[in-house]
Amino acid sequence: MTETTVRVLSPQDAIDRVGATLKRRNRSELKFQWLGKSAIGLALAFLVLLFAAIFSNGIPGLFQHYVTFDVTLDKARLDPAGDMSPSSLYSGDAEALVREGFLAALGNPEGRTKTRAARGILSSGSAQRFVDFVLDNPDAMGQTVAVKFAVDDDIDSFLRGFIKRETPESDRRINDQVIAFVDKLQADGRISYELSDYLFFGSASRDAEMAGIRGALIGSILTLFICVIIAFPLGVATAVYLEEIAPKNRITEIIEININNLAAVPSVVFGIMGLAIFIVTFGMPRSIPLVGGIVLALMTLPTIIISSRAAIRSVPPSIRDAALGVGASKMQTIFHHVIPLAMPGMLTGTIIGMAQALGETAPLLMIGMVAFIVDVPGSVTDPGTVLPVQIFMWADFAERMFVQKTSAAIIVLLAFLIVMNASAIWLRKKLERRW
Amino acid sequence: MTDTAMTTTAVAETRMEDRLLPEKTIGQVHVEHPRMTARAVDVHYGAKKAIDAVTLDIGERQVISFIGPSGCGKSTFLRCLNRMNDTIDICKVSGEIAIDGHDIYDPSVDVVSLRARVGMVFQKPNPFPKSIYDNIAYGPRIHGLATNKVELDQIVETSLRRAGLWDEVKDRLDQPGTGLSGGQQQRLCIARAVAVSPEVILMDEPCSALDPIATAKVEELIHELRAEYTIVIVTHSMQQAARVSDRTAYFHLGKLVEVGETKQVFTNPVHELTQDYITGRFG
Ligand SMILES: Nc1ncnc2c1ncn2[C@@H]1O[C@H](COP(=O)(O)OP(=O)(O)OP(=O)(O)O)[C@@H](O)[C@H]1O
Ligand SMILES: [Mg+2]
Repeated sequence: MTETTVRVLSPQDAIDRVGATLKRRNRSELKFQWLGKSAIGLALAFLVLLFAAIFSNGIPGLFQHYVTFDVTLDKARLDPAGDMSPSSLYSGDAEALVREGFLAALGNPEGRTKTRAARGILSSGSAQRFVDFVLDNPDAMGQTVAVKFAVDDDIDSFLRGFIKRETPESDRRINDQVIAFVDKLQADGRISYELSDYLFFGSASRDAEMAGIRGALIGSILTLFICVIIAFPLGVATAVYLEEIAPKNRITEIIEININNLAAVPSVVFGIMGLAIFIVTFGMPRSIPLVGGIVLALMTLPTIIISSRAAIRSVPPSIRDAALGVGASKMQTIFHHVIPLAMPGMLTGTIIGMAQALGETAPLLMIGMVAFIVDVPGSVTDPGTVLPVQIFMWADFAERMFVQKTSAAIIVLLAFLIVMNASAIWLRKKLERRW
Repeated sequence: MTDTAMTTTAVAETRMEDRLLPEKTIGQVHVEHPRMTARAVDVHYGAKKAIDAVTLDIGERQVISFIGPSGCGKSTFLRCLNRMNDTIDICKVSGEIAIDGHDIYDPSVDVVSLRARVGMVFQKPNPFPKSIYDNIAYGPRIHGLATNKVELDQIVETSLRRAGLWDEVKDRLDQPGTGLSGGQQQRLCIARAVAVSPEVILMDEPCSALDPIATAKVEELIHELRAEYTIVIVTHSMQQAARVSDRTAYFHLGKLVEVGETKQVFTNPVHELTQDYITGRFG
């Protein structure tokens, strides 16, 4: 037994060896950093690409072309009953008045082909728009005023350059006569390119120029409202029960496994279940936000439960000890300390769940929220649709203008998502600051 | 290496393992005016026995310290006294523990009221992530000790004064308790325990995370509190036990080996294990 067997390395040897490994360690660290940075860079690049694609398509979708001309508000023809009621106005001669005004603006062309070509330029919803205008401006009755109307979606596409003048007339969706009229209107300064009021205030429509997302937006808000008021309390209560109250045994273990599995179930399955339970068994109506919200709540529940449990678990046990130590009951400990401290984490889970729910289409198709509904839902029991389903339906239409409207609706969906997340993050920050 | 040195270490090792724990606790387990009494208390964590037949009286308005090597069951026994062990599923307590003659494990006893009578201060300072004021006011609030804001303010002030913290925090009662220094946090926790007017205060190594100055403050505080409260303190510091306590109990491997007047235990320990522990031969 000598001293040297005890000491394996001299200090100088140790320093040298550490120095040798240090270089390698630093190199691998650097490599890893680069890997991480390039991964983030790639993700950012894709994000930029995504946004560029959506915005370049969608921003034009937020606008559309309008034509402005004088219309005479002839009281006798417009309002046969004379009481200015909508029913009287709708049964009146609004359509003919609009047509006359428009033909006058075109210099009163003669002949069937010309008048038919002229009629094709205006959106088919023009009479309706005119009646709405009269209802909004009853004082204008009897006068001749300039009114703005949307142009037909084919004309819009032509004005955007999607339908080309050079294309032979037989292959074009609009004929030379129409183009001549549009040129005249443009020369007279009657055509304008403006933010689309139909997009934001209109509802579902087969006519691309009149199609809007108001109904779908309201439908989404109502559906998510139902979803959050069911999923959040239920999810938090389940998480609290499983973490704090339930005995840790076989049964809770099985429940836990099932909840985790539920999070991985495809969303259509929830739709089928909603169809079978709420619509077939309970006889609830189809297409209503109430059922949609319940189905989405069931879908997001596992996400909320899992993240809430994680949040509860991350509350330090010393806080529970402290509360119990001064004589708080179990429930007081949970409600005064555990839940408030876990709330930011629970909210994060809820945001993720709601974002999922907002973008969900498949389960809502199953319960009929894909129906073509023109009326804006006024309550959770009125039939309606939601933004992603609306986008899905529009994406299926052939008209060129729907492509832009689809992208515009996607922008609105994204904006909705961002507003929702931002407010949830703000709420979370506020709760965190309280502590 | 010489042969003698090797034999002594070997002997020391065998002695530590072979030495017998006493059949019965040595010294005076009973006192004249007990506030709490433990009779033949066993505690199991699952199949593992952590406390073995401990019988001990805790005297009224006395400070008793629990000492012993790590893992000997001091904290376990301490936590039996206010049923904090209820929160651990696998922990089973048997035997009898009473406060003022009433069994605290009786089914009719409400743990909430027990813990209001037997407060606790933990090893790591654990203020609530709330304001200093709310930290102290929480207990009185849930127990309804104050009928109005003025009374509550008074409770907060007296508790903080008792804990010697008032002058340091009176200008920032609305600031978070977690923003205080470690020593201040521990005194805040003591004030929080005091605020519900308990009869007994349990302290589990209250100074282990504190510097000597903060430790001295806490010890001073214990000195003052003993006039009104019964205090049980677990400590790893022999000096601290000697300084603050009236009686000292030495635990070893779940058994209460020896208990007696602090002076007697430190100057004249009876059992070999106590002797070795106190003189620092192991621990
Ligand atoms: N929650 C628990 N589950 C299982 N065993 C435990 C638990 N808590 C403590 N024990 C065991 O009980 C025995 C006593 O532990 P205890 O914490 O009471 O020791 P201690 O004397 O306080 O030690 P220390 O001085 O290190 O704090 C130890 O062997 C420990 O491993
Ligand atoms: Mg301990």
